[in-house]
Amino acid sequence: MTLKIVASQCTSCSACEPECPNVAIFEKNGTFVIDPKKCTECIGHFDVPQCAAVCPVDDTCVIDNAYPRYQPTA
Amino acid sequence: MHASTQHETSEAAVADKLAEAMQAKAEHQGCGTSGGSGKASCGSSAGQGDLPTEIWEKVKNHPCYSEEAHHHYARMHVAVAPACNIQCNYCNRKYDCANESRPGVVSEKLTPQQAAKKVLAVASTIPQMTVLGIAGPGDPLANPEKTFQTFELINRTAPDIKLCLSTNGLALPDHVDTIAGFNVDHVTITINMVDPEVGAKIYPWVFWKHKRYTGYEAAKLLTDRQMLGLEMLTERGILCKVNSVMIPGINDKHLVEVNRAVKSRGAFLHNIMPLISAPEHGTVFGLNGQRGPTAQELKALQDSCEGEMNMMRHCRQCRADAVGLLGEDRSAEFTTDKIMAMEVNYDLDSRKAYQALVEEERVAKVAAKQEEMEALAGEQSDIKLLVAVATKGSGLINEHFGHAKEFQVWELSTGGAKFVGHRRVDLYCQGGYGEEDSLETIIRAINDCHAVFVAKIGGCPKADLVKAGIEPVDGFAHEFIEKSAITWFKEYLNKVKTGEMEHVVRGDAEIRQGALINAA
Ligand code: SF4
Ligand code: SF4
Ligand code: SF4
Repeated sequence: MTLKIVASQCTSCSACEPECPNVAIFEKNGTFVIDPKKCTECIGHFDVPQCAAVCPVDDTCVIDNAYPRYQPTA
Repeated sequence: MHASTQHETSEAAVADKLAEAMQAKAEHQGCGTSGGSGKASCGSSAGQGDLPTEIWEKVKNHPCYSEEAHHHYARMHVAVAPACNIQCNYCNRKYDCANESRPGVVSEKLTPQQAAKKVLAVASTIPQMTVLGIAGPGDPLANPEKTFQTFELINRTAPDIKLCLSTNGLALPDHVDTIAGFNVDHVTITINMVDPEVGAKIYPWVFWKHKRYTGYEAAKLLTDRQMLGLEMLTERGILCKVNSVMIPGINDKHLVEVNRAVKSRGAFLHNIMPLISAPEHGTVFGLNGQRGPTAQELKALQDSCEGEMNMMRHCRQCRADAVGLLGEDRSAEFTTDKIMAMEVNYDLDSRKAYQALVEEERVAKVAAKQEEMEALAGEQSDIKLLVAVATKGSGLINEHFGHAKEFQVWELSTGGAKFVGHRRVDLYCQGGYGEEDSLETIIRAINDCHAVFVAKIGGCPKADLVKAGIEPVDGFAHEFIEKSAITWFKEYLNKVKTGEMEHVVRGDAEIRQGALINAA
């Protein structure tokens, strides 16, 4: 899995962008988006997904079930 | 200032205004929401007052710190810092930082390069522009690269511009040395509590060191970091102002303790602002019906802190990117498109010449006031009352009642005239005729005043003011505020003494909720 940003809720505050350990977050057409190929759910870096922890709008950085769970390569 | 019953009636109007504002904002950036910066329209009206000389030297041209400077100098804010690292219950992060701007205001985000160009363009056009602030829309120190890059760009081209920033304090200790390196001599910290029990009711969470903290723990962390940051700044000789938001029932009594705590750590000025809260702001406090203080409650708290340290009473909580002399928003002239197309030629010498002229004018005004004070000498009375003044600035009664977007409020006693704050009203006169509703709003906003001084006023509003017990005074048009007010007050005392009239105590007044909108 990866996280995704619910575009309709994102205020474009950019708080999440510098927190991502994988540089997976970028701005696109005025809101922020997560690159599913880069996101590791913060596994191996932090206890909680950083984007979700810093985001001011509840339920905006959420698990994207369209992708399989991230598998850390030991 | 509002009696809570009157509060409700204005909500619908506020909702409309807010919708209008958001709409206008969406259509074109830089629409004319006006007002001072979340902080300033001039504090110590007498000039230096009891401030130590080194501090006065630093702040005398800063419109956010000196009531008096606000007539002559201007500040601007650039919105380069959208991210924030905490959450306040009075803030809806769709809008700008509520600590630094009125709720419901959205600023156009700028890159540091755009911001620097904007500052230089404005400073070249408006020689009064002497202060650049970074105050959001989020927390400048949650966006340190953007904030400091902007400072660096400005410092290089316009070393005469003073830099300041406003922060919630969480990240402050990490950046104190960088701030000192930039010669940022003004930092504002918003401190609403020193007791985490109180803080837990104001801050649902803070984000610190890769973790979100909540409840008591969050507030404890925040207050520890704020106090540490404040101490570190004052140790390095950087001026520190503290903003507090007064939230009735949550931190109103507690702010006296906050006042003591920040004073003992060297803050030089404390600004207590009313909570602005309405459901349409979409904030936790807006939605749960938390009310803001009335004018009397606010003033009583400011008075009770006054003995402790300098209180700032001129804060108008205006938007963060207002441009031009305070109260006179020129944002529309400086939209990003227009600025990027501008040729900017920064002329340091002509700016200096202009500022020297202003200094002369200010000295003359202080002298004029001294004379008036002598006229009051010998008068003895316990009477203390408030009057409202319609002014466009320069210390003169020079605004038409119907054109005033705000009134200055002065407290008169045999001790003299003291500036105690602003009352925002929305424009009463739009296109030459008055609207009944807005006149009522104005009366509610200045209901605690005995008189209102104006340059001019129509017959109808005059009659309504008299009916409400507020004397409209237009006999001092275009004269100095303090001199006129003192002259009027002497006559008032005389009438009371001779029994011609009786001194009655006025009621409370309402604090206007919502963003200030320009009619233009
Ligand atoms: S969960 Fe972590 S890795 Fe994924 S986007 Fe958010 S911050 Fe980046
Ligand atoms: S922190 Fe949340 S609101 Fe801010 S840009 Fe990221 S997703 Fe959008
Ligand atoms: S510090 Fe400012 S931007 Fe951050 S939550 Fe508080 S009011 Fe909003």
